[in-house]
Amino acid sequence: MNGAFAASLARFGSVALFLLRVLRACGPALARPRLIAHQVYNCGARSLIIIMLCGLFVGMVLGLQGYDLLARFGSESALGVAATLGLLKELGPVVTALLFAGRAGTALTSEIGLMRATDQLTAMQMMAVDPMRRVIAPRFIGGLIAMPLLAAVFNVIGIFGAQLVGVTLLGVDQGTFWSQMQNAVELSDVNEGIVKSLAFGVICSLLAVYEGYNAVPTAEGVGLATTRTVVASSVMTLVIDYMLTAAFLKA
Amino acid sequence: MPAHRSLEIGTGLFVLLGFAALGFLTTQLPGGKLGFVDASNGYRVTARFDNVGDLKNGAPVTMAGVKVGRVTSVAFDSTDYKAVVALSIDRQYDRIPDDSWANVETAGLLGAKYVGIDPGGSETYLADKSQIENTQSAMVIEKLVNKLFAAFAGKSGGSAKEESHKP
Repeated sequence: MNGAFAASLARFGSVALFLLRVLRACGPALARPRLIAHQVYNCGARSLIIIMLCGLFVGMVLGLQGYDLLARFGSESALGVAATLGLLKELGPVVTALLFAGRAGTALTSEIGLMRATDQLTAMQMMAVDPMRRVIAPRFIGGLIAMPLLAAVFNVIGIFGAQLVGVTLLGVDQGTFWSQMQNAVELSDVNEGIVKSLAFGVICSLLAVYEGYNAVPTAEGVGLATTRTVVASSVMTLVIDYMLTAAFLKA
Repeated sequence: MPAHRSLEIGTGLFVLLGFAALGFLTTQLPGGKLGFVDASNGYRVTARFDNVGDLKNGAPVTMAGVKVGRVTSVAFDSTDYKAVVALSIDRQYDRIPDDSWANVETAGLLGAKYVGIDPGGSETYLADKSQIENTQSAMVIEKLVNKLFAAFAGKSGGSAKEESHKP
């Protein structure tokens, strides 16, 4: 019991130390914007289709459930507000982060893990190229840039999905849907979602590159590291989400 | 090299799309004007109310429960302290008597406010840029409850205490 606790504490500490190393490598990595752009493409543009598809269906199901709930109180006109706030503050950032961990995080981990297993990282070090600057930092920054953009796309598609079901299918008035929403949603609600998606971007990208970098250099080790990335990213996303929500409600 | 180029274009498109989405969220959702409703093919009528409750821009205008138009603006006139509501009514409904009543009504008990029009009996009809003279304000629920209490207090008077003793 004590051993397991110490092990998880040690892992927590080693992730934190790794974050410091990544941050130190970020400055020099910014001097190579092309590497970062490549990673934005890898993490962001390639996840775009799945994000849009999921955003559409999450928005549509919010439209259905929200309508059913609100109709019980005779206030279907608040559907736009309910769906939008749900998307902006919770579902957008969280579902995007979960999808990101599954789609982009696993790719990052297995790529870096395979580099480790085939001694490419060691070879770089022998050529006096710092893999932290050349491999890890660009991927971290790329994920960090991609996440808020993906979450924003998710939210917009989701709102139109909710409109599709609420207005077109269930007959909520379109003007009411939008005007109620635009009058109730504050800029702080939008900002809360952006802050959350940035935080999730840090968590998911960091865990992905950490697990890859520290993967056991075998086929099995890379597989295990990939699994750990998804599990750790998902759990940490939900835990941090609760903390951020509590902090925003206090403020 | 072409592969490199398409990658750069893909990245650029993604970032552009992401920032467009962010821009939409930050500018259009809080207090945005974009309603995705077409109010252009209608004629404009104004109505002045003592109190519009929380009637919002974009709310429907109905006659006999059927939507005939939309609220296009809600403004305050500081000369006579009234709310000036601009309505856009679809062109096909051009035979609304000009002595009709415009009422601010509520969808359900907790729902959003909308404008309901009760037709009058006049032979002349509302036209573009005309004004509806007969208006009835929104029912403000607190005022209604106050009136109700006042009515009950006046009716039951001293007998309320006796009734409370009954089993």
